[in-house]
Amino acid sequence: MSVTLQGFRRTAKQPASTSKRTAIEETRGDKVFLFGVKIMLWLALIVVALPLVYIVANSFSSPAAVSAGRVLLWPIEPGVKAYQTVFADPQIMRGYLNSFIYAIGGTLISVTLTIAIAYPLSRRTFYGRNVIMSLLIFTMLFSGGLIPTYLVVQDLGMLNTRWAMVIPSAIGVWQVIIARTFFRSTIPDELHEAATIDGASDLRFLWSIVLPLSKPVIAVIALMYVIFQWNSYFDALIYLKDPGLYPLQIVLRNILILNSTTGSAADIAQNLERQQLANVLKYALIVVSTLPVLIIYPFVARHFTKGVMVGAVKG
Amino acid sequence: MSATYEVRGSESSAAPPAPAPAKAVKSTRPPRPSQWTQARRSLRRHWQLYLLIIVPVAYFVIFKYIPISNAVIAFKDYSPIKGPWGSPWVGFHNFELFFQNPVFWTLVKNTFFLAGYTVLASFPIPIILAIALNEIRVGVFKKTVQLVTYAPYFISTVVVVSMTILVLSPRLGFVNDAIGLFGVPSIDFLGNPDYFRHIYVWSDVWQTTGYSAVIYLAALSGIDPALHESARIDGASRLQRIRNVDLPGIMPTAVIILILGVGNIMSIGFEKAFLLQNPLNTAQSEIIATYVYKTGLLNADFSMATAIGLFNSVINLVLLVVVNFVAKRITGNGLWS
Repeated sequence: MSVTLQGFRRTAKQPASTSKRTAIEETRGDKVFLFGVKIMLWLALIVVALPLVYIVANSFSSPAAVSAGRVLLWPIEPGVKAYQTVFADPQIMRGYLNSFIYAIGGTLISVTLTIAIAYPLSRRTFYGRNVIMSLLIFTMLFSGGLIPTYLVVQDLGMLNTRWAMVIPSAIGVWQVIIARTFFRSTIPDELHEAATIDGASDLRFLWSIVLPLSKPVIAVIALMYVIFQWNSYFDALIYLKDPGLYPLQIVLRNILILNSTTGSAADIAQNLERQQLANVLKYALIVVSTLPVLIIYPFVARHFTKGVMVGAVKG
Repeated sequence: MSATYEVRGSESSAAPPAPAPAKAVKSTRPPRPSQWTQARRSLRRHWQLYLLIIVPVAYFVIFKYIPISNAVIAFKDYSPIKGPWGSPWVGFHNFELFFQNPVFWTLVKNTFFLAGYTVLASFPIPIILAIALNEIRVGVFKKTVQLVTYAPYFISTVVVVSMTILVLSPRLGFVNDAIGLFGVPSIDFLGNPDYFRHIYVWSDVWQTTGYSAVIYLAALSGIDPALHESARIDGASRLQRIRNVDLPGIMPTAVIILILGVGNIMSIGFEKAFLLQNPLNTAQSEIIATYVYKTGLLNADFSMATAIGLFNSVINLVLLVVVNFVAKRITGNGLWS
């Protein structure tokens, strides 16, 4: 997105930036206005970034400094003790591993199924595609609800298994729309005709021609699924009982949130040092769990946006 | 109700292409083949596509449509042994019980206020951010603002809630330090039900503004630059150009996003409300979704939980249809035709 957007902006704003040579000067009112806009954007930047910086700074500080609330934007008495503790904790590490399994496995299943439904629905010769599409969209507007879905998962014997994490939420209608729109707008009918004349079957055409041409959109929906899986905790909350299967988000909730509402009074009797370490641990845990997503984010943000746009063009 | 809307909408937009060219090109064939013949021909020629779609369609049937049929237990006294269809009917008994329950109005009120407040706050702010970003020149600053404001969208709800709790914590959080500078005694934000909605809504704004702004930025970039040029030649100030060029340009996008927001009012996120909830703030944090979870999975009252969920879904659907209708009347833009 930002590529085309920059193109537009550059042509549109060029005269303004070199205003000495053009006929229209920025008026004083406009300059004041622009100044106000910049201040507003700085404020937005600070408001969004401040909590993030605060968390990171705390995670690298000493337990005593964190517990005294002395850390704001820069680590005090820096150290990595909290991180060592996080990486030594078997519960957290298992959660990490489980989340990786669910994210990778779930995404493979999701992407395969999404393409398997989006491609036929993108073909004009596919009979009944409008009916199927309508039925899909209807599920976005109306659902049976929590318990009826739970009953299905129970009847299938998926409760408390890894399958419950990847199957019930396997296909997103939004992702189907994105993929279908992409196939429809970038794979010309002539290409299919040509391939048919050369003797390619539908599956062969999909495999050898459509998929290689659709790498960008496959990447986008795969990323959407990966991030969705990595961040989801609700399915685990209702379907999983065995702590050995918990994904990272559930482990995080148990440590970060459940602890935080019950802890304050009871823990005073506890060892002060341990209590202090527990405080830093929370910050370090947040950083560790969010890092994989935030590291890949700047590289994928552009594609992500593009994907959202493709879906929005024709819903 | 909406099913008919849907079918009609997509039919009118996409049905004609299939028969029309066939008629024009292959005029040698006397009568146009019937629907049934067309279907059979398509099935024979493209059987692989139909094979491909079986598994995903089965997924939707099993995980989306069977639950809808399972929702029949809302009208039954569900027993696990007899199954959803074998359990005895009780009519609207569960609904009556729920409506008579003193907690009913509290739940509806909490859900409605929380969602309404969220829509009110999270609708205009991304538009303002997008327009502001659109005003400044492309450069490092603009890119940085975009990248940073977009980032929280990728953080999980669990982490966002944890961060909120840490930042607002009475002993450690910097918010209490900051208000302490003004001589205000520290506040236990999460222990007080009156703060719950503000915390919920503003942490949501923090998380989603950058993401939503991207959609508006794309809409802004689609506006013909010639409009801006000519407005400038006519002496329009930046503010006037925003009001008369930018805002009308992003109107269709804004309407659709508003419809989706209002349409989702009753299905407001379970995850965050549930995570921010603690025994001290349930007076305002208990919403329909969290109540369904507690009734259904913690108290194992399946029929009641399903009835409440169904009530919620139906209200939601009606809201969506009504809002869409009103928006179409007023602005000419809607989700479906």
